[in-house]
Amino acid sequence: MSNLEKYTKIFTESFEVDAEKAKTLKYQDVEAWDSIGHMDLIASLEDEFDIMMEADDIIDFNSFEKGIEIMTKYGIDMNA
Amino acid sequence: MIENVLKQYKDNIALSDAKGTSLTYETLDQKSAELFDTIGGRTLVFSFCRNEAGSVLGYVTFLRYHIVPVLLNAEIETELRQQLIGIYEPAFLYLPKEMAEAFSDYEKVWESYGYCLLRTSYAMEKTMYQELGLLLTTSGSTGSPKLVRQSYRNILSNAESIAEYLELTVDEKPISTLPMNYTYGLSIINSHLLVGAEILLTDEPMTSRHFWEFFRENNATSFGGVPFTYEMLKRLRFFLMELPSLRYMTQAGGKLSPELHREFAEYAKNTGKKFIVMYGQTEATARMAYLPSERSLEKYGSMGIAIPHGRLWLKDVDGNQIKDADIVGELVYEGENVTLGYAECLADLAKEDERHGVLQTGDMAKMDADGYFYIVGRKKRFLKIYGNRVNLDEVERMIKHEFEQIECACAGVDDRLYVFVTTDQEEIHTQIRQFLAGKTGLNAKAYAVKYVMEIPKNDAGKTLYRKLEKYYD
Repeated sequence: MSNLEKYTKIFTESFEVDAEKAKTLKYQDVEAWDSIGHMDLIASLEDEFDIMMEADDIIDFNSFEKGIEIMTKYGIDMNA
Repeated sequence: MIENVLKQYKDNIALSDAKGTSLTYETLDQKSAELFDTIGGRTLVFSFCRNEAGSVLGYVTFLRYHIVPVLLNAEIETELRQQLIGIYEPAFLYLPKEMAEAFSDYEKVWESYGYCLLRTSYAMEKTMYQELGLLLTTSGSTGSPKLVRQSYRNILSNAESIAEYLELTVDEKPISTLPMNYTYGLSIINSHLLVGAEILLTDEPMTSRHFWEFFRENNATSFGGVPFTYEMLKRLRFFLMELPSLRYMTQAGGKLSPELHREFAEYAKNTGKKFIVMYGQTEATARMAYLPSERSLEKYGSMGIAIPHGRLWLKDVDGNQIKDADIVGELVYEGENVTLGYAECLADLAKEDERHGVLQTGDMAKMDADGYFYIVGRKKRFLKIYGNRVNLDEVERMIKHEFEQIECACAGVDDRLYVFVTTDQEEIHTQIRQFLAGKTGLNAKAYAVKYVMEIPKNDAGKTLYRKLEKYYD
């Protein structure tokens, strides 16, 4: 599975949406993405990619797209 | 009391919200008089709350002029909202103006600061006990119309005790982190209005940048949180944040893990702040106990001692007081903040005081040799999910009602409710989780549905919940 696929899968599982919907998802778009869902998403991403995110990045992580940018910052190649 | 506060602190700012509205105590005084003129007398109002100046203005008005509000979350599930309106027949609805569209039959009679007042078709006259001041849901929201009846004396007494043990002064600036219709969130508002402080209101979650911007711009001095809040703050690397204006943090709404309690107590000690663990219930207006910050580290894991003017004791199975240390019994609280009782229908609003200052908390606890209490379990079948009480039997009934011919049993631990079912159809499992998330307004993450061959029962047909514990994650 590519990194992007893994990343997308975490979104689809965390928020119970399909991959299409996940790609355009923003914070609080769906009820599941509240502060509780948010912390769960971060925890899943940290586990999957073996990283530890800074508070600023956790707070700035407000969309699927923004998240890709942040993952890249932690050395995760989202094209691999 | 409110009269005095509004006059004494008239030049102070009372409320500042994230939408940019700021109201002084004098403005609250004037606007509440205006709103009361529109209402015209003692009656029942449903107030749909947000952490906004307009919402708190309504609350102050109702309390000041003895209009009885039922405080509900503005985001309440529609079906439950309509059910409650049908049962209690409020003469007015006080709500965010965007919400008014849902009630196009009702006339809008007042509007200010993003909130409006609608007159319903229900009667103004209601038979209500004269001391009845406020109605709140029992923090959970499992489709139950059960409300807690709080008196004016309850509200004032609890606010005074809280202001006393937290040593609140006029220069405090608490920031809202909990809904104001939730007893803990409301107690923060009550106790700070009492001392003429400025309350910072926002509905932004602590995971949002806007929250922290609002916090820093306004130099917030305190906040409260449920156990989940503190777990989240730890993950947000809270211990590394620069928050010079922060003086103290409180915790209630369920038992914090002892490790987390210790970490926050240590953080507070090292940074010259206070961390105060507390204990309460809607049935006791809000607070019953607190752990003084200077003992926070030494007694971590403890819920503390009774609040000023209250008394806590432990009861054995024969109803006698347990005097020895380390013996588990039911926690009993006595004080002026013990509420009148419950209401389940309109007629119940006429009921007088049914508890006479004594509350059987339903929590099992023990006391150490210094008189500090420790919660060890619960007598009743309920869980706290993100600080909200959720009754397990009620959830079971709701599921059985919604999903016909389903066999299920609910059990679990705080923040994790398990629904055991005898069907292995994944689709139904997902439906149940989404149904519960919708009904309770709590994130589906808290709900897990598990398949079991059969629900364990004794010969009398009673579910053996203990036997399900081995299936917990």
